[in-house]
Amino acid sequence: MSTPRPWAGIGDALARVGAHGLFLLQILAALPASLRHYRETVRQIWFTGAMSLVIIMTCGLFVGMVLGLQLYYVLSIFGGTAALGTVVSLSLYRELGPVVTALLFAGRAGTSITAEIGLMRATDQLAAMEMMAVDPLAYVAAPRFIAGVVAMPLLACVFNALGIFGAHLVGVSWLGLDNGTFWSNMTSSVDVWKDVVNGVWKSVVFGAVVALIAVFQGYTTAPTSEGVAYATTRTVVFSSIVVLAVDFVMTAFLM
Amino acid sequence: MAQRRSYQIGSGLFILLGFAALAYLATQTTSIANFSQGPSYLLKARFTNVGQLKLRAPVKIAGVRIGSVESIEVDPQRLDAKVTLSVDRRFRDIPDDSSAAIFTSGLLGDQYIGIQPGGSPDMFKDGDEFVLTQSSMQLEDLIGKFLVNGSPASKPAANDEPAAQAQPASPPKKS
Amino acid sequence: MPGPEPIAEPTRDVLVQVRGLRTVLGRKTIFDGIELDIPRGKVTAVMGPSGCGKTTLLRHLTGQRAADAGSIRIDGAEVTRLSRQALFDLRERIGYLFQNSALLTDYDVFENVAFPLRQHLKLPEEIVRNIVLTKLEAVGLRGAAGLMPAELSGGMMRRVALARAIIRDPMLILYDEPFVGLDPIALNQVLRLIRTLNDTLGVTSVLVAHEFSAVARVADLVYLLAGGKIVAHGPPQQLREDPSPWTRQFFGGEADGPVPFQYPARDYATDLGFAQVAR
Ligand SMILES: Nc1ncnc2c1ncn2[C@@H]1O[C@H](COP(=O)(O)OP(=O)(O)OP(=O)(O)O)[C@@H](O)[C@H]1O
Ligand SMILES: [Mg+2]
Repeated sequence: MSTPRPWAGIGDALARVGAHGLFLLQILAALPASLRHYRETVRQIWFTGAMSLVIIMTCGLFVGMVLGLQLYYVLSIFGGTAALGTVVSLSLYRELGPVVTALLFAGRAGTSITAEIGLMRATDQLAAMEMMAVDPLAYVAAPRFIAGVVAMPLLACVFNALGIFGAHLVGVSWLGLDNGTFWSNMTSSVDVWKDVVNGVWKSVVFGAVVALIAVFQGYTTAPTSEGVAYATTRTVVFSSIVVLAVDFVMTAFLM
Repeated sequence: MAQRRSYQIGSGLFILLGFAALAYLATQTTSIANFSQGPSYLLKARFTNVGQLKLRAPVKIAGVRIGSVESIEVDPQRLDAKVTLSVDRRFRDIPDDSSAAIFTSGLLGDQYIGIQPGGSPDMFKDGDEFVLTQSSMQLEDLIGKFLVNGSPASKPAANDEPAAQAQPASPPKKS
Repeated sequence: MPGPEPIAEPTRDVLVQVRGLRTVLGRKTIFDGIELDIPRGKVTAVMGPSGCGKTTLLRHLTGQRAADAGSIRIDGAEVTRLSRQALFDLRERIGYLFQNSALLTDYDVFENVAFPLRQHLKLPEEIVRNIVLTKLEAVGLRGAAGLMPAELSGGMMRRVALARAIIRDPMLILYDEPFVGLDPIALNQVLRLIRTLNDTLGVTSVLVAHEFSAVARVADLVYLLAGGKIVAHGPPQQLREDPSPWTRQFFGGEADGPVPFQYPARDYATDLGFAQVAR
C-alpha cells in the first residue's frame, strides 16, 4: 500500500490466470472419476440450466424485440428493411446470443455455484467429503463444470430462437414487414456452419469459462461470510471480463 | 429417490428443449431451409460478372423462389462465369427463350438470380443453357460508364444492358 | 521437557505413531515436537486448553493439513508421504467426526448417513436402509431420518455426524468433541456407543474432549496437550492423581498456572489505556 507498483498488479493477474489454468487441469483430471457421479451432473444441469430458462427466455424475447425496432429504424434509412431478418439473426447467432447468455448465466447460475461451493467450504462439507474418501473435485467441482459447458450452448440456442421470434413479432406483426421477405432474406444469407454452429462453439467456450471461474471462486473462497460474498462478486466481474475478451479473440481469429 | 428422478426428467426435458431450439435455428432460419426437398433439374447460364452471387443463392421467378445456385465456375476458354442453377421439378415449364439476370434484393441485400420468362413454345430441358443473361450490376461500372460515357464496359449489348432492354423483342434462336 | 517414551511396541500394538511433529500457523507455533502413540483397539483421549491445536492434530493425522516437520504413521503407512489415492484408500478405513458436524446440507439425515456407503459400495437399497437405520437407532435418531440438516438442533447434528462417522465400521475413529451439545441422556448413550464399538469391533478411537468426567469413563489413555507439547499422559486415574502443575491446573480448573488462560496478549492495563492514568 506504500507506493503504486504497476508490476505487482500484472504479477497478480498472471498468478490468477495461472491458478485458474491449474484448477482447470485438476477438474479435467477428475472428469473420469466424476462419471461415477453422473446423477450429480444431471442435478446440476437442472439447477444451472433448466432453472435459468425463464430469465434466458424473457431476455431473449426482449433483446429480439429491441433489435427488431432498432435495426428496422436503421435499415429504413437505407431502404433495406427487407434485410431485417438477416441482420437480426446474424447479430444474434454470431454475437449477442452467446455473449448475452453468458453474462446472464454468470449472474444467474455462476453466482449460485460460487455461493454454494463457498458455503460448503466454510462449513467443512468439502473437508467432510475428503474424509469420506470422496474427491470434492469429482463430486462437487466437475459436475458443475460439465453442467455449465452443456447448459450454456443450449441456453444460447433458446435465447436465439426467442430473439428471432421477438424480432419477427416486432418487424412483421407490428411494423408490417412482409413475412416471406423476412424469412427468405434470412434463410438465403445465414449459413449453418459459419453462423449457427460457430455461435454454438462460442457459447461452449463461454460455458467453460463461466463455470470454471464460478467453481474456482467457490472452491478457493475464504471460509467466512465475507469471503463468500467477495467470491460471488468476483465470479460476476471476472466472468464478464473474460467472456468479452475471449469473445473478441474468437471473433477475430475463428470466425 | 423420487426427487432424484424428477431432476433427471427435468434435465432431460431441458436438454431436449435446447436441442430443439438448435435444430430449429439450423434448419429453419439458414440456407438449409432453401435446399429444395423435391426433385430438381439443372440449367446453365453464363455471366461476364457474377458480382457477389454466392452458392445456394435463390433463383426466383416473379420474386418467388424456385431453386438455388448449384455451382459457380470460370470457363477456362471463354473466361466468363458458368453458373449452374438447380430448379425445382415443379417448375418444368420455363420457355427456353427466358433470360436470367443477377439482381440485388434491396440496396444492401444479397444477390439472387431472377428469371424473366420468354414467350417460346419450347421449354427448357435438363442441362440447357440460357441464351440471354444479364450480369450483376457493378457500382464501379455504372459510375465508370457515367463518367467516360460508355467505352470500356459495353461490348455485347445483350449481356450488359439493364433489365428493361434484356427483354428481347424477337426471341433469338438457341445455338 | 522430554517427550514421553513410547507406551507400547510401535509395531503391532500401536496403530498411530507421531514423531517430532512441528506446525507453525501464521506466526504461532502450534506444535513443537509432538510425540505420541495411539494403541490399537483402545480409546485414547486428547485433552488440552481451547486453541491448543487438538483439531489441528486430528487434521494432521488424516492428511487434511500438511505439517511443517515430523512423521505420522498410521497402520505402518507414512501419512505425510501418501499419494492422494493412497490417502483416500486409508481414509476409507477412518471415521471422522467434525467439530462442527459438517453435514451435507443438500441431503436429508438418511442420505447423509448413507453417503459413504453409496459412494464406495454397490449395495442393494434394502441393505443400505438396514445399515443406516441401525446406526441412526444407535444414536437415537431413527425417527429423524427424513429431516434436513437445517431442521436439526446442534446436539442432533452431532449425533447424525457420529452415525455417519461409524457407518462403515472403520478401524480408526477420530471424534472431535463428540460430547458438545449433548444432554445427559444422549451423553450416556454416546459414551456407551464409543465403548461398545471398541469392545465388540476392536475399533481404535481417538477422542478430543474437554469433559474430564466423561473422558474418564471411556478412555484407556489420556494425552494432555499444552503449549505445543504433550505435557502429560497416562490412564485417566493416574492423571487425576498426578502431582504435576499442568495436570493440577487443567483438571483442577484453576485460571493461573503453567497453562495461561489468556491468549498471548499485551499488558491488560496498556490495552485498556490505563497505563498513563496510573502514572
Ligand atoms: N488457518 C489458520 N491460520 C492461523 N492460525 C490458525 C489457523 N487455524 C487455526 N489456527 C490457530 O491454531 C490454533 C489451534 O486451533 P485448533 O482448531 O486446532 O484448536 P483446538 O485445540 O481444536 O481448540 P478447541 O478446543 O477450541 O476446538 C488456534 O490457536 C488457532 O488460532
Ligand atoms: Mg477444535
